[in-house]
Amino acid sequence: MSNAGLQSDAKKIQSSNPIPLEQLEHVTIRFAGDSGDGMQLTGNQFTNTSAFIGNDVSTFPDFPAEIRAPAGSLPGVSGFQIHFSSKDIRTAGDTPNVLVAMNPAALKVHLKDLEKGGMVIINSSAFTKPNLKKAGYETNPLEDKSLDSYRVFDIPLTKLNEDALSETSLSKKEIDRCKNFFALGIMYWLYDRPLEITLDWIEKKFKNKPEIIDANQKALKSGYYFGETSEIFTTHYHVDQAQLPQGTYRQVTGNRAIALGLVAGAQLAGKPLFYGSYPITPASDILHELSNYKNFDVRTFQAEDEIAAIGVALGASFGGHLGVTGTSGPGVALKAEFMGLAVMTELPLVIVNVMRAGPSTGMPTKTEQTDLFQALYGRNGECPMVVLAPSTPSDCFTISIEAMRIATKYMVPVIILSDNTLANGAEPWKIPHVDEFPKFEVNHLVEANNFLPYQRNEKTLARPWVAPGTKGLEHRIGGIEKQDLTGNVSYDPQNHEKMIRLRAEKVQRVAQEIAPLEISGPEKGDTLLVGWGSTYGAIASAADQLREEGLSVSNIHIRHLSPLPSDLGDIMKRFKNVIIAECNTGQLRQVIRGTYLVDAKGINKIQGQPLKISEIKSKVKEMI
Amino acid sequence: MSPAELALKKQDFVSDQEVRWCPGCGDYAILAAVQKLVPTLGIPKENFAFISGIGCSSRFPYYMNTYGFHTIHGRAPSVATGLKVSRPELSVWVVTGDGDALSIGGNHFIHAMRRNVDINVLLFNNRIYGLTKGQYSPTSEVGKKTKSTPYGSLDYPINSLTLALASEATFIARSYDVNTPHLIEVLKKAHEHKGVSFVEIYQNCNIFNDGAFKHLTDRTIRDDKILSLEHGKPMIFGKESNQGIVIRNNTPEVVTLGENGITEKDIEVHDEFGENPAITYMLTEMDHPKFPVPVGVFRKVEKPTYEHLFEKQVETVTQQKGKGNLEKLIHGSDTWEVK
Repeated sequence: MSNAGLQSDAKKIQSSNPIPLEQLEHVTIRFAGDSGDGMQLTGNQFTNTSAFIGNDVSTFPDFPAEIRAPAGSLPGVSGFQIHFSSKDIRTAGDTPNVLVAMNPAALKVHLKDLEKGGMVIINSSAFTKPNLKKAGYETNPLEDKSLDSYRVFDIPLTKLNEDALSETSLSKKEIDRCKNFFALGIMYWLYDRPLEITLDWIEKKFKNKPEIIDANQKALKSGYYFGETSEIFTTHYHVDQAQLPQGTYRQVTGNRAIALGLVAGAQLAGKPLFYGSYPITPASDILHELSNYKNFDVRTFQAEDEIAAIGVALGASFGGHLGVTGTSGPGVALKAEFMGLAVMTELPLVIVNVMRAGPSTGMPTKTEQTDLFQALYGRNGECPMVVLAPSTPSDCFTISIEAMRIATKYMVPVIILSDNTLANGAEPWKIPHVDEFPKFEVNHLVEANNFLPYQRNEKTLARPWVAPGTKGLEHRIGGIEKQDLTGNVSYDPQNHEKMIRLRAEKVQRVAQEIAPLEISGPEKGDTLLVGWGSTYGAIASAADQLREEGLSVSNIHIRHLSPLPSDLGDIMKRFKNVIIAECNTGQLRQVIRGTYLVDAKGINKIQGQPLKISEIKSKVKEMI
Repeated sequence: MSPAELALKKQDFVSDQEVRWCPGCGDYAILAAVQKLVPTLGIPKENFAFISGIGCSSRFPYYMNTYGFHTIHGRAPSVATGLKVSRPELSVWVVTGDGDALSIGGNHFIHAMRRNVDINVLLFNNRIYGLTKGQYSPTSEVGKKTKSTPYGSLDYPINSLTLALASEATFIARSYDVNTPHLIEVLKKAHEHKGVSFVEIYQNCNIFNDGAFKHLTDRTIRDDKILSLEHGKPMIFGKESNQGIVIRNNTPEVVTLGENGITEKDIEVHDEFGENPAITYMLTEMDHPKFPVPVGVFRKVEKPTYEHLFEKQVETVTQQKGKGNLEKLIHGSDTWEVK
């Protein structure tokens, strides 16, 4: 299907419609409802359609850890925010312009984030006494004027949906499940989106269930026509296509991009991928995704626990496969000892940490960047590791390939620090061509005259990777200190220090792989804004806007946290102020201060929510 | 390849590392038995991998001139599983101890047993913590006085064979360090079994728990204390071969042939292929001093191995979907063009 065709379909509907169409540059909508209301699905459909018609999009799902908290309760509210635009955007939007609230609890939880004067679309059928009570409303906000500063559209969605589907053979419960499509239909009309993408999706999703297909499609269309004909709305809106670089695009979330990147990396290396994992939020989707790809020489293993998950991956790496394990912070805590063993035995291994709010169990579905210290230092002994952090959902793809390349080239374990924002957030991704990525040769040593398991490559300090089954190169490895070259057990004091320094130096040498940092804004000046990981969008946008306001603010984003890029120190020296924005209490700041003696200041947020552009802007203005 | 073609000798499996167990340790005998066995199996030396955890026994791989991996405490089964699943053609052996397998690594142990990956797990059970210098272990008897339990240990011991059986291991056996021919025979059977093979090896720690298995090694009494299990043979034991095991009311009993009209046909016949685990369970629970200690193969049942099913699934999916096309995968199904 071409998007041009859909656009013209949209225009047709439009031309028969007397309600004026207003042009907007960008809009942020938040869908909110009970976890059972299908808000994630609704948001995803809106995103797919928006991306398909050429908007730039960025999303942020925000859902509870409970699968189904009691219906109508505050903890059970699930939200999905989408920012769509005719211009290049980098975040899911600071402040929603529109809130779709499927029940009182959703209104209660999310109203505080809505812009003043913003639009609230409310399912008034759900504003019953019991539901109001569950949400802690003493009076009905639809009647007590507490919503007077917003543009409120109360629509009895449940009731209208029931009426629209009264002819179907479905039960009342089944009919009720379609109401999110009714709401989506209204939003499609309101923002001038075509229905086809979602109609097609419904057909595929409910294949072999014709009555469910019918009902959902009918709900969607009925919502659309309701918007068009009910005269509740006096305007509807159009957001033009964005001017994105030419190419073929798809939508991608960080978790999916990591899975695809790992498959691509393994194929570029010409090696089978072995993914050992134990289910944990928000990393499980990587396991789900990879377990579908068995025909790509991908093997997935759901282990009995986090420790075994890295154990099988390391066992596979010992066997000559590309071992990878994926988890979140609590899982990394359990894997620490095995990570030390991987450092000691100098085997390639990739450890993905999709960070969530901690400490301990913390807030499993909320985002944070609080595991940087854990990645850098969270092991016994002197145990440095390579640590990479992707900055956008699509960068998760690139960085996964890079992690595999580094792991095999340097014979080191590599940590990827993703987070919940990247993992579940989506953005349009200009699909790369496989042949754009250089193959990286992975060579196993298969014969040697005087074989020494710890003899090193001069440039990378990598030791040879010899897979069991190789005749004549039998050897033993393990966690006890190694004698240089032979790898035999050694308690020699001088040797120990030498090996500690060699392993550290090996990690440092990875810096030769890092491209020069890209500075946005002036090369030197007043303020340098520094970030890492998922804060990229907010930091880059804030810096852009501050520059437009005439301030001397440049920004860089660090994707390599260990080793740090070799030009970082020099760049920082060229600015009067260095400000590091991160979703923790200042972990990168402490590293930078300790490494470079730079008096870096911090913008820090630890609320389980991403940094907003406006927050960064106002803090920067206060600080300079 | 046949053993003759390979022409491997015991010496080929002796590494250049000096063996550093305490003089007189039972581990020496086990190492020698393994080094004697492996050249006869018809497997090229480079296709062996010995994986261990932490503890005295876990130094084992350093002394085998094969591929080896001395991993971390309790986790050897996971590394062995990853290796075997990715490289099914290798002969993978796990060497572990009572603390390593049953205490810190208990979880991995039961999952290794139930998954039925074709690995051989050798548990050297000395009923004591040796490497940390003499604390009681999960297989120590109640009341054990050690450095950490000066007034006697309080916890009931765990029985590794019972645990393996409950975890549905497909091959369960026991041997002991000083009986090299028996040990070699049991290990050979463990190797031949397709699926997980668990062998408990009673091993004397002459420093911290000397004589723990004296009843099995003391020439003057051992014949009355060991029941050697042989498939299809009645469970008869004793210096005079006149004692046997009968099962009455689901309970094993020691009887004497010729007394109370007991004849050989009353004695329980060992069936290592028996599908019913109840009798195996009774055997695993039989212990000194009330019973003779059963040694040999307790159970051997056939089940497809994990790595076989794993590879088959990969093949089936690849057949159904065709060899994966990376370009298509990255492309996905919902795309749009920006011109």
